[in-house]
Amino acid sequence: MELRKSALGLAALGVSSALLLSACGGGGSDGGGSAGSYDQGTTEVVNASEESGGTLRYAISANMESTDPGNTYYGYVWNFSRYYARTLLTYSPEPGAKSTEPVPDMAAEMPDISDDGTSYTVKLRDGLTYEDGSAVTSEDIKYAVARSNFGEDALPNGPRYFKELLADSDDYEGVNANPSDPLAGFDGIETPDDKTIVFHLKKPFADFPYVLVQPQTAPVPADSDKGQQYQQHVVSSGPYKFEDDWKPGSGLTLVRNEEWNADSDPIRPALPDRITVEEGVDQNEIDQRLINGELDVDLGGTGLGPAKKGEILTDEAAKANVDNPETGALRYVAVNTEVEPLDDEACRQAVMYAADHNSLQRAWGGAAGGEIPNDVIPPTIKGHDPDLDLYPSEDDKGDLDKAEAKLEECGEDGGFETNLGVRSDRPTEVAAAEALQASLKRVGIEVDIKQYPSDSFTNTQAGSPDFVHENELGLNVYGWIPDWPTGYGFLSYIVHGDNIKDAGNSNVSELDDEQINDMLDQAVETGDEQEQERLYKEVDRRVMEAGAILPIVFEKSVLYRPENLTNVYFSAGYAMYDYMPLGTTNQ
Amino acid sequence: MSAPSDAPEKQVEDSGAAAGQKTSAAANRSLRQIAWQRFRRDKVAMAGAIVVLLLIAMAVLAPLLTKLLGFPPNEFHQSLMDPLTGGALKDPDDPAAGIDPWGGMSAEHLLGLEPVTGRDMFSRIVYGAQISLLVAFGATVLCVIIGTVLGIVAGYFGGVTDTIISRAMDIFLAFPLLLFAIALAGVIPDGAFGLEGNALRVGLLIFIIGFFNWPYIGRIVRGQTLTLKEREFVEAARSLGAGSGHILFRELLPNLITPILVYSTLLIPTNIIFEASLSFLGVGINPPTPSWGGMLSDSLDFYTTSPHFVIIPGLAIFITVLAFNLFGDGLRDAFDPRSSD
Repeated sequence: MELRKSALGLAALGVSSALLLSACGGGGSDGGGSAGSYDQGTTEVVNASEESGGTLRYAISANMESTDPGNTYYGYVWNFSRYYARTLLTYSPEPGAKSTEPVPDMAAEMPDISDDGTSYTVKLRDGLTYEDGSAVTSEDIKYAVARSNFGEDALPNGPRYFKELLADSDDYEGVNANPSDPLAGFDGIETPDDKTIVFHLKKPFADFPYVLVQPQTAPVPADSDKGQQYQQHVVSSGPYKFEDDWKPGSGLTLVRNEEWNADSDPIRPALPDRITVEEGVDQNEIDQRLINGELDVDLGGTGLGPAKKGEILTDEAAKANVDNPETGALRYVAVNTEVEPLDDEACRQAVMYAADHNSLQRAWGGAAGGEIPNDVIPPTIKGHDPDLDLYPSEDDKGDLDKAEAKLEECGEDGGFETNLGVRSDRPTEVAAAEALQASLKRVGIEVDIKQYPSDSFTNTQAGSPDFVHENELGLNVYGWIPDWPTGYGFLSYIVHGDNIKDAGNSNVSELDDEQINDMLDQAVETGDEQEQERLYKEVDRRVMEAGAILPIVFEKSVLYRPENLTNVYFSAGYAMYDYMPLGTTNQ
Repeated sequence: MSAPSDAPEKQVEDSGAAAGQKTSAAANRSLRQIAWQRFRRDKVAMAGAIVVLLLIAMAVLAPLLTKLLGFPPNEFHQSLMDPLTGGALKDPDDPAAGIDPWGGMSAEHLLGLEPVTGRDMFSRIVYGAQISLLVAFGATVLCVIIGTVLGIVAGYFGGVTDTIISRAMDIFLAFPLLLFAIALAGVIPDGAFGLEGNALRVGLLIFIIGFFNWPYIGRIVRGQTLTLKEREFVEAARSLGAGSGHILFRELLPNLITPILVYSTLLIPTNIIFEASLSFLGVGINPPTPSWGGMLSDSLDFYTTSPHFVIIPGLAIFITVLAFNLFGDGLRDAFDPRSSD
C-alpha cells in the first residue's frame, strides 16, 4: 500500500503541512507549573488525571476523510474512530516506543497462532455491545472485513491487506454480490461461534497482528450497512456514539454510549462527556486557538503549521507546552538506479558523499523538523542501526574529496547533469531540493529542479518508471511512513524489487537487488524476532551502500499540548497523541 | 515616451511668455508635443515614469548590480542563519543571541537574508524584476498585437466578421483564466515547442496571460475603429481606391496608436500582478530562479519570525504596479483631448 495515508500518508507525506501536524490543544485554565515541560509528552504521560466530564474539542483543517472505520486510510481517523468503533487489537496505550505494540481491544487476548503460522484464532471478550444494547458477534467482524476489502464495490479508501493475505477468498465477490447471504464463499475467515474468529492466511505473515489493529476489524452489523453512506451514522461499539448524522464538512458531535461496558474495555477511560469535531478550519486558526485555549486537539495530528512553529519555538514559556516527537516518517531523496549515469553505484555514492546534510536538515526546519539520519529505518522501528555511518563527513556538510573520487570511479570526472523531481506545492520539499542542488553543485553535479503537482506526483510522475526514465529524473524528493511500524511494513514498499509498479510506484529508486528482496521475504515469514531484526539491519545497510536512498530527516512534528488537556502522550503507533485517554479540565 | 525635443520646450516658454500668441503656438504643435508638455507638468506621472525607467534599468543591469552590491542570487549563506527558525542570526558568532528582527539587513546584505538558505534578498529582488518585467512586457505585447489586429478587423469590416470576433471576445472574457493557467501549467511537459525549463515557463506565462487578456484591448480598438471609419479621411482614402489593407494599417492604425499605448501601460501592472499570482500559486518559474510572487509565496511560512521576507517582495510588487499605474494614468490624461492644456 502506498504510504499509509495515515498521519502522513500518500496525500500528506511531503505535504508537511496541512495534514501532518497537529496535536492537541486545550486551553490553559490553570497555571503552567504542572502542565509539563518541553517534549515531555513524547516519553511520559503529561497531566495524568482521572477527572471525567467536560467537552473535548477537536478541529481539523480539511474535512474528515470519513467516519466509517472501514473506509479510511488516514492515521487520525484510525486513532479517532476508536471512540465509537472498537477493533480486535489496538496499539498499546502507553507513551514512547511501547505504543507500537499491538494489544487486545475486543480480543480477550492476543491471537493464537497455528504452528505453521497461517491461521490466527481470536477469542472475543464478554460484554461487547452496540449502542442499542445488542451483542457484538464474530460474524459482524467478518462482515466488516468483507465490506471493506472484497468485491468491485468494496469501500474505496482503506487498504486491502485482508484481500492480499487471506486464503480461500479470491473468488469471493463482496457483500453485495449475494444479498440473501452476503458472506457466502468468503472462506478466509471462519466464525465457529459468536465469540471466536479465525483468520486463514495464504502463507505465514508475521506482521498480521498489525493488520488486526486496523479499523477494518471494527464490527458492522450487516443490517445497518449502507455502503459508503454508513459513515452518516456508524453504529457504535465504543464509549461514544454519534449525536446526529455526519456528512463531510458538517462537523461531528459524540455523546456517551450508555450501553458500553467499561469492564469490557481496558483501553478507553472515556473521560469527557462530549466530544466535538469542527471541520474545515484554517491551520493557522487551529494553531492560534490551541494556544489561546479555545480548542483542545488538532485532529489531523500533524502538529503546528510552519508559521506558528517558528513563533512557539522561540518563545521559552510557550515551549513548555510543546512536544517534538519523531513521526516515524523518513523524508528522503530517491536516487534512481536506472537513469544514467546514476545507474552506476559509484555515481550514486558520489551523490551520497556530496550531499550537505546540515543544509538539508535546515530546509526541513532544523532539529525540530527532524534528526539527520545515517540509515533508512527510523529509530522507532526495529532494525534501525544507530552505529551505521557509511558516508561520514565533518559537521554533516558532505565529504567533497570522497565524492570527487567516486565521480572518477564511475567515469564522470568533474560531475554530470541530472534532474530532480519535487512536489511544487510543498515548500519544505522544494527547499530541500534547492539545498541538495546547491550542495551537489560543489562537485560539479548540475541538478535541474522539475516541479510537479502533488496530486499526481506519486502516481504518474515519480510514481511512474516510464515517466522517470523519459524525463531523466535521477533524483526525486519523496517520503515514507509505514502502515505499521515494523521493518517489513517500512521497507518492503520502498526497496523491494517486486513492488516496482508501472503507476503509483513507491519504489521510486527502482532498486531491485536480489539479496534485499530475499532477506525481506525471509523476515516476514519467520516469527523469530531476533532473526527479523538481523535481516532488517542487513537490508538497511545494503540500501545505504547501494546509494539508492539519500535520507533527509527522520521527521519530527511539533505538537502543541494545551494546559487543560489531561493524560497527554505521543503514541508512536499513530504518530500523534493517543486520543483515547485524553480528558479536559474545560467544562 | 520619446525624448523631449528642444522645439516644443521653446514653444511652451514662448506661450507662457506671451499669452496673446497662445493660439498660434498651439496650432504649431503636434498632438504628441502637446501631450508631452502636459505629461511633463504632471509631477506624479513623471515620478511614475522615472521609477519605471529605474526598474527597467535594474532588471537589465541585474548582473552588474549584484556584483557591486550583493551576492550571486543562488548562493547560500547558512552560517548566518538560525537552523531552528530559519531566521537570520543577530550575531553569527553567538547563535544564542537569537534572531534579528530586521532579517539580517546590513551593509553587506542590503535587504537582508532569505530565511533558511541565507540567500541575499537584494540580489533575488533584482533578479526577480527580470522575470516579472519580462513576463509582463511580453504578455502585454502579445495582448496588444492580437487585440489590435482583431479589434480593427472587427470594427472595420463589421457584419459576420464582427459578430464572430465579438463573440470570441465574450468567450475569452468569460474564461476562468487563473484556473485554466494552473491546470495548463500542470500538464505541459518540461520540454515542449523546442523550449526547455525556465525558457518554456516564461514562454508559457507570456502565452497564457497574453492570449487570454487580448479582448480587453480588442474591444477598445474595435470601438475606436467604428467611429474612425466614418470619418472623412477614411472616406477619402476609400474613394481614391485604397484597398482594405491600406486603410486598416495606414489610415486607421496611426490614429489608434494613442489609445493602444495608454491602454498597454495600464495593462502592464495587471500582468505583473497576474504573474505574481501564478508564481504564488506555484505555477511560475522553477527554483532556484527568483520571482517576486514565488518569494511572497515562500515567505508565508516565516511571517512570524522573518517579516522582512513578506514585506520586501510585497513592496517590490507594490511599487512597480503603482509606478506603472501612475505613469499610465498620466499618459491617458496627457492624450485626452478634453483635458485642459
